[in-house]
Formats: sequence, structure tokens, C-alpha cells
Amino acid sequence: MGAITAPAFEPNILPDVAPYWEGANQGKLLIKLCKDCGKTHWYPRAICPHCFSTDTVWIEASGKGVIYSFSTMSTSDQTYTLAYITLAEGVTVMSNIVGCQSKDVSIGLPVCVTFVHSASGQAIPVFIPVEVLLTRSS
Amino acid sequence: MNYPAFLVGAYEHPIRKADHLTVMQLHAQVAKGALEDAGLDKSQVDGYFCAGDVPGLGAASMIEYLNLRVRHVDSTECGGSAPIVHVAHAVQAIAAGRCKVALVTMAGRPRAARSAIRLRPPDLDSPEVAFEQPYRPVTQNMYALAARRHFHEFGTTSSQLAWIKVAASHHAQHNEHAMLRQVVTVDEVLDSPLVADPLHKLDCCVISDGGGAVVVAAPEIARSLRRPLIVVRGMAEAQKNSVAGCVDLTYTATALSGPQAFADAGLGPQDIQYVSLYDSFTITVLLQLEDLGFCAKGAGGPFVSGGNLISGVGSLPFNTDGGGLCNNHPANRGGMTKMIEAVRQLRGEAHPAVQVAGCRLALVNGIGGSIATRHTAATMIMERL
Repeated sequence: MGAITAPAFEPNILPDVAPYWEGANQGKLLIKLCKDCGKTHWYPRAICPHCFSTDTVWIEASGKGVIYSFSTMSTSDQTYTLAYITLAEGVTVMSNIVGCQSKDVSIGLPVCVTFVHSASGQAIPVFIPVEVLLTRSS
Repeated sequence: MNYPAFLVGAYEHPIRKADHLTVMQLHAQVAKGALEDAGLDKSQVDGYFCAGDVPGLGAASMIEYLNLRVRHVDSTECGGSAPIVHVAHAVQAIAAGRCKVALVTMAGRPRAARSAIRLRPPDLDSPEVAFEQPYRPVTQNMYALAARRHFHEFGTTSSQLAWIKVAASHHAQHNEHAMLRQVVTVDEVLDSPLVADPLHKLDCCVISDGGGAVVVAAPEIARSLRRPLIVVRGMAEAQKNSVAGCVDLTYTATALSGPQAFADAGLGPQDIQYVSLYDSFTITVLLQLEDLGFCAKGAGGPFVSGGNLISGVGSLPFNTDGGGLCNNHPANRGGMTKMIEAVRQLRGEAHPAVQVAGCRLALVNGIGGSIATRHTAATMIMERL
């Protein structure tokens, strides 16, 4: 089996989260932080889902996390791995794992953000095992 | 005890592929079947309940098609658990004097229409869509996420999950309408193709057409009918989701609805003689068993192993019609057929090979939506008086 790839389906961008997608195009993973209760949340909302404050701001996440769970699925056109990744900032996000074989994916595996592009060129955050990145850069 | 309402009629459509029937026809046929089963006339129906599987304007379109004259309507939509919620709401409506004879229908033809995998296009106004759809979540791999995490935290294995399918197949062999009547082994489940790792093809429910309906009636009407008296002793509904990013896939909303329903009934898991659990996948059954307290959290694997869910063999017979795993899964919604088989068990009308002797207390549980993201669970405990 070859390397797993990301479907990179076109996101439907609603106006309140446009900064998130602009951030992705600049290579940043943004999440929302509430300035009142100090908690991060996911998916990004204008009103804090913890305390209902309207004072939420975008912050750049470290991009680091660990795999919470995953499932590899093969369709007629590709093999891809759906996963939940728990970010260093505490929230768990849905994404894909890329850059490795499906057999190399495991729960707890350290990963970091990277980006793939949809048909329109929109950057979409996905995650790659840290080990793979280190091997590539060495 | 003064019970506000009784489950007086139930009917399951025998069809599994409806090439030449419309969704409305299926709804009408199960409505007719359930009213005939109860011994009631359609003119007596004054409450109607349905979910999003009804075409057009939902309840309004269906009430027009059936030409009903009702004074209470409820079209709460929560996927496969909706019919269970509807019965609970019907009991509450009858208790409140809003109606006396409540009809609940559910039907669909995703198999003939070849539309089973995607229930409907994503609602682009849903804020989560942009943060999920690009990654191609489908029903199978989302349930697989829960299975994988359960394996990791509790040491659950694919072989243990397979026992759930094995038990369902033992029951389905006796159901002439079941889509998959052949008894399977654990090895056969494990040898079936991986659909979404770690779930195999035989861990997944079937895709079928059909439907079902039930009728709930006020006590004076129920007692006038020549039918066993079945009462809803406890009922509860609950929601679970990704909780602003605090994802925990080791439990479902059933962990909230189950204890509430037991408290409502004044009963516990040890009192239940039969369970109908919406088995969209084997992992869904495992999580519900744990969440309902039939075994400890994490102990579901050993609990289901060795045929513990097989009627006449194990301690907790489940889905004796073969369930979604073997019998049917009309409209991609499992809650209705689960209630109907529980009614059969309580009436003593299940197939003799799977009938639980002296079945007096049964539990029905359903989960609508996705256990990996957002869903509604409904728990119902029924008693034959």
C-alpha cells in the first residue's frame, strides 16, 4: 500500500471563520481563544462555547499534537486516514494524516501541522508524523 | 400504577428492496399495518409523529397523504433514534391530554435509490462542515474512530466485536425476512474486507428499504383492545457532541440517557430480560452495553464474547430479529425496528427459536447521528403488564 494522501475536499468557508482560512494560506494553524475565560475551543466560534463571552480572538497554534484516534479507508480513488488530533493547546480536531504509510499511524503518535491544497488552491491543515518531518529535514 | 399510555400497535414492513414503492407509500403501508395490529381505525388517530425520512414538508405532507385529522404533531429529528424519542414524546403528549392515539411512522428506500452512504448533502450553513468535510469523514470511518480508541484504551479486539455480529446472525437465521440469514463465525467476520480500519464489512449493518410504525394509546383505549398491555416504564433522551473540542469517544450519549431511563423506571440493568440496541456497527452495540451499565466501561469486549448476546445461550439476548447487522436498516435508521422486536418479545410473538421465556421487561436504545461527532441517544424501558 502506498503513502496515505489527503482528500483535500473544498472547504465551505463561512464569513465568521474567513481569518482561519486566510491563516492557513499563510501556513498558520489558527484556533480561537476566549479572552474572558481563557479557554481555547474548537471548531472556531464567535461566541465562546464555554462561557458565552463574545470576546474571542484568533491565536496561532503551535501546530503540534498527538493522534487521539484514526481510521484508514480505501476508496476507488485513494487511501486516506481520518484522524482526531489533540493539539498542544488542548483542543481535539478532525483532520487527515499524511506523509507516511497507514501502518505507521498509531494513537499517541506525535504529529505536526502541514498543508495540502484543494482544487481551488485553498490551503487545508493536515498532520504529518514529527518523525517523518525530522527524517526529511536531516 | 397509573400509566399514562400503552404501546398498542406495531408493524414492520417485510420488504427489503422497494424498487416500485415510494417513500410515502412505505409510510402509509406501515401506518396501516400498525393500526390493524392494534385494532384501531385511522379515524381514531389524533397525534402523528415522524422525522426527516418523510419527504416534502415532513409531518404536514404525511398527514395530508394519509388524510389524518390530528390535534398533536411532533417531527423531532434526531436520525435513527427519532422513533424512540417519538414514542417517549407520544407518552408525554397523551399524559398531557394533547392526544389519545399517537401514530409514529418511519420508512425509506435508500437501497433502491442507491443513496445510503450519504444521507443528505451537508448543510452548508452548518459551521462544522468546513472543519470536517475536507477530510472526508463518512459514517464508516467515524464509527471506526470510536472503535480504534476503544481498542487502545481497553484492549478490546476485532474478535470481540465480531461476536456481536455472530450473535445477530444466530438470530437472523430464524427470520424469513432478514437480508443475511446465514450464521457466521468470528473468523468469517475477521476475514471480511476491511471497510474502515478496524471495522470490517461484517461489522457494518446492512443497507435496506422498508420501515415500521407503532401506535401509542391512552389507557382507556388500550384496555379496550385485545392486545397485551405494554407500558413505557422509563424513557430518556440525551445529546453528545465534540464538546467544543474536548473529544472523548469512549462513551456515547447513552451514558446520559440510560441512567435517567433506569431511574425513571425504578429499575436497573439486572432487571432487563431482553435488549434491542441500534446496531449501526458492532462497536455501537458494545458502547451502548457499557453505557447502559450491563457491564463496566471497557469490559464490553469480554461481555459480548462467547455468545453472551445469543438468545437461549447467553445472559443478555439482543436484537432477536437479526437487527441492523443482519435483518434490515430501513431509511438508514434503526430505532423503529428495535422497538418493534422488543414489542414482539414482550408479547411472546418473537420467533420461537429466539423468544425469551417469560419476557416482561425489555430495553430499547438507539443512537442517531454519529458517535464520533454529534448524536442523540434515546433509551426506553418497556414492561408487559
